[in-house]
Amino acid sequence: MKRTVFAYPYVVWMLIFIFAPMLLIVYYAFTADGAVTLENLRGALDPMYLEVLLRSVWMALRATVACLLLGYPVAYLLSRMKKSAASILSVLFVVPMWMNFLLRTYAWQVLLNANGILNGVLAALGLPQQSFLYTEGAVMLGMVYNFLPFMVLPIHTVLSKMDRSHIEAASDLGANPVQAFFRVTLPLSMPGVISGITMVFIPSITTFAISRLLGGGKFVMYGDLIENQFLLMQDWGSGSALSFILLVLVLISMAVMRRAEGEAGQEGGMLW
Amino acid sequence: MGDKHLIELFDVSKDYEGDAALRHINLYVKDGEFLTLLGPSGCGKTTMLRIIAGFVLPSSGKVLLDGADMARIPPYKRRVNTVFQKYALFPHLNVFDNVAFGLKIKKLPKAEIDSRVRAMLELVNLKGYEKRGVEQLSGGQQQRVAIARALVNEPEVLLLDEPLGALDLQLRKDMQVELKRMQQRLGITFIYVTHDQEEALTMSDTIVVMKEGVIQQIGTPQDVYNEPRNAFVADFIGESNILPGVMEQEYMVSFAGGNFKCVDKGFGERDVEVVVRPEDVDIIPAGRVGENGMTGVVKSVLFMGVHYEIRVDTGDHLWQVHTTDLVDIGERVGLEILPDAIHIMRKPA
Repeated sequence: MKRTVFAYPYVVWMLIFIFAPMLLIVYYAFTADGAVTLENLRGALDPMYLEVLLRSVWMALRATVACLLLGYPVAYLLSRMKKSAASILSVLFVVPMWMNFLLRTYAWQVLLNANGILNGVLAALGLPQQSFLYTEGAVMLGMVYNFLPFMVLPIHTVLSKMDRSHIEAASDLGANPVQAFFRVTLPLSMPGVISGITMVFIPSITTFAISRLLGGGKFVMYGDLIENQFLLMQDWGSGSALSFILLVLVLISMAVMRRAEGEAGQEGGMLW
Repeated sequence: MGDKHLIELFDVSKDYEGDAALRHINLYVKDGEFLTLLGPSGCGKTTMLRIIAGFVLPSSGKVLLDGADMARIPPYKRRVNTVFQKYALFPHLNVFDNVAFGLKIKKLPKAEIDSRVRAMLELVNLKGYEKRGVEQLSGGQQQRVAIARALVNEPEVLLLDEPLGALDLQLRKDMQVELKRMQQRLGITFIYVTHDQEEALTMSDTIVVMKEGVIQQIGTPQDVYNEPRNAFVADFIGESNILPGVMEQEYMVSFAGGNFKCVDKGFGERDVEVVVRPEDVDIIPAGRVGENGMTGVVKSVLFMGVHYEIRVDTGDHLWQVHTTDLVDIGERVGLEILPDAIHIMRKPA
């Protein structure tokens, strides 16, 4: 019996739960009352929606950069630590991911709100209260917090697999530790960086709920827009057209990342 | 080769969490010398190399390079370059950029980098490979890139950590000759780590034989081969018959059930070890055995190309003999060992 047989359930799963919904999106996006039309797409390209799209891309880019700037040093330190200490810390990093995404975000609501812990600390220090919740900063915080592990893990994987002798060779050839990092460690860890960027940027751009919970609906993201069209407006045509635009955007960004990965040469430091 | 001591190690020891990798090493390396650290794996030769390169700090003792104490000098400030065991070429850079790495760090003018890298690639026979990725190269080519990458910096000392270990026999022989030629042409001091005694004998000016973190003998290849200081050196450098003996009187030792004339005297103690090289045992007809001789039965014969490797059982010892005489298994033969072929050594403590 061929081993590929064991993959069949997975293929069926993919067909039902991934491929079929995508087909449905395309179907609803380009039809109205059973007739083929571009009306939905035209509606979705309304400047108001495009502004939301632009904001989503902008927020996702900033969240990705923030994750990279925070995540790379963390991954680097983890890879330089003793194995036992590093594995304890990685567990600490991963444990919050076992909890539901919405619960984690609700937790931040509690921390940030007017009577929350953060303001409690400020009050104890005799400082004026701040409104943290329902700001753009709170939305960014929520995104960075939720997606940071997806940046840390692939970079950590690449860094800890890296051959120490390359860094020794750089040092042997006269590179001080900073030069060795920028000329050898960083370029060699690019596959992990690219995986991390992909795994943070795509969920960031498609995210919903975070902006509602932490931004109070003031900073609508594209994911929220789609959710509203389907659930609130019950307008499947418009929702599907918006989804279709996002899908295309995601595919384009994945193609760009794949290409960058090809140029970085090495095999990717994927999380899975 | 100058008389200047380019590198000096004074009483250098290194412990790894209680395990001694090096014990009280004293060594100097002369300017322009080809020095080989030879020993089995785990003898501390690589640790010694890494201490000189600066990747490992000694637990105690002092390392001087050109008279300057290296204790606080990190690897990137030492005028020493290394050819790593697995080359450690940068996979994200092509051949040219790998070789140019050190020069770019020094921020030399572009034109100078270009000409020096090209000259170096020509020296190692890799002209025309500038744009190739290093992972597309064969083992021998990668090896030469690694050598070029180190030598282009014009180091005072080149450290080589078993650089030929990954190559096949023919390539290894060619590279041995090529390396030796480069060393003589450039006049750079080479410190070469290997566990291959033949490699050590053919390439070195000086061989340092090590075992368990202790230097066993320092000498020219001829010294180390012909006058091994102890049974370990004798056994490690080439093959040897090693057997226990008793000094009966000066210039007379007994072993394998007989008395033999020898050229050694004044050992003080009676119990010694006797070392005889297989090629120093002569096969003679059994009937002509006289002084310094014995008889035995041929147990095995192996044809090795130039010579035969045979084993002869004399009842007290199974002798390894290298000879060009053809004998048959089971034949009774005479063995003769001339006095100057008998090396007497102190028993290890």
